[in-house]
Amino acid sequence: MSDVRNLINITDFTVEEIDELIDVANDIVADHAAYEDICRHKKLATLFFEPSTRTRLSFEAAMLEMGGTVLGFSEAGSSSAAKGESVSDTIQTVCCYADIIAMRHPKEGAPIVGARRTTVPIINAGDGGHFHPTQTLTDLLTIKRKKGRLDNMTVGLCGDLKFGRTVHSLIEAMLRYENIKFVLISPQELQVPDYVKETMDKHGAEWKEVESLEEAMSELDILYMTRIQRERFFNEEDYVRLKDSYILDLAKLETAKEDLTIMHPLPRVNEISVEVDDDPRACYFFQALCGKHIRMALILKLLGIKKEA
Amino acid sequence: MNIDGVKTGIVLDHIKAGKSMDIYKYLKLDKIDNTVAIIKNASSSKYGKKDIIKIDQLIELDLDILGYIDSNITVNIVKDGKLAEKKHLELPETLENVIKCKNPRCITSVEQEIVHTFKLVDREKKVYRCAYCDAEHKNK
Repeated sequence: MSDVRNLINITDFTVEEIDELIDVANDIVADHAAYEDICRHKKLATLFFEPSTRTRLSFEAAMLEMGGTVLGFSEAGSSSAAKGESVSDTIQTVCCYADIIAMRHPKEGAPIVGARRTTVPIINAGDGGHFHPTQTLTDLLTIKRKKGRLDNMTVGLCGDLKFGRTVHSLIEAMLRYENIKFVLISPQELQVPDYVKETMDKHGAEWKEVESLEEAMSELDILYMTRIQRERFFNEEDYVRLKDSYILDLAKLETAKEDLTIMHPLPRVNEISVEVDDDPRACYFFQALCGKHIRMALILKLLGIKKEA
Repeated sequence: MNIDGVKTGIVLDHIKAGKSMDIYKYLKLDKIDNTVAIIKNASSSKYGKKDIIKIDQLIELDLDILGYIDSNITVNIVKDGKLAEKKHLELPETLENVIKCKNPRCITSVEQEIVHTFKLVDREKKVYRCAYCDAEHKNK
């Protein structure tokens, strides 16, 4: 593997490095003018072998906002992957044209294969159901901005906790902070995998599983909602039975804390009622904005660019 | 049953009964020209029954594969009729192209050139995870 710095999994960065990214992301908002041209003549390649709205656009917006340019493709069909080119060959080619790569691929571990041959930094923008570290960075920045801290809180995770990659990554990231308690709210069929529970135990984290959102609501500082995905079920009957189990509406929020932070990686289907959008505790669109700021900070870090003193 | 001793070669002892054919296959012993003896269900004071493989030739052995299949195996190197070296095995930290990832969502399922790599994550429970997708593959 080359000695280029990549981001494949959130644990590739230390807690200190994540703090540093959060500081830069906040400085980008505070001193926007200083960053407007900071990536001039730098090119970001967005290689999206499967579709995405938020992630790809936020990467592109991040680079454009810093004076850089973007190139790439938004589906495998419009790349040489459609002709059977390997990930490794695609990456080696794109390295000739770009200074940094953001890559999404439906197959798990694809960015690791790319990282073995790359000469420019690679950012994993999601590999199947495996890792999605820039979503986790987004979540951490959102929590830090809303709560002013990343420790000492109760985090409720609700919905599909079995297949939700954002949930697993967020748990893994939050475990590195002091006194985090997890409340895992899901139907039995969609509980977090055993290895995630083992990881929480290894870190000595306090956690519990509940099936009712109402039951957990009053103790939460963060409520992280996820979508229950039809494609994860073997039969339609189970999906129909479970899909509406965890719809967040204003009635369910009655017992919630005044300063609860409601998050969702988006897209949502119906798991958060639209009536919640105007509640000041709803932060999911703010979260999408945080996604752009943290990706700006990430691009700068991996390119080794710092704001002029 | 009487099997001649090895003069110069390798004796794989304490193989778990029934596993000798797996080892024969993994070590590609069918490619060897010299004599190879597989002894199944030999009596063992330690395990009750065991398998033994005698190879009448000194060959390069992949100890990682052997350690993965059964870390209790003892490798005896025999030279001129005498035991020259006794090697004890342990589970390897990394396995390359020994086992394949069965996760259909793993990149290794579609790109044939990738080296199938597994990392040991729990020595006690003999758990290996794919280095690409983290899918678990338990040691047999």
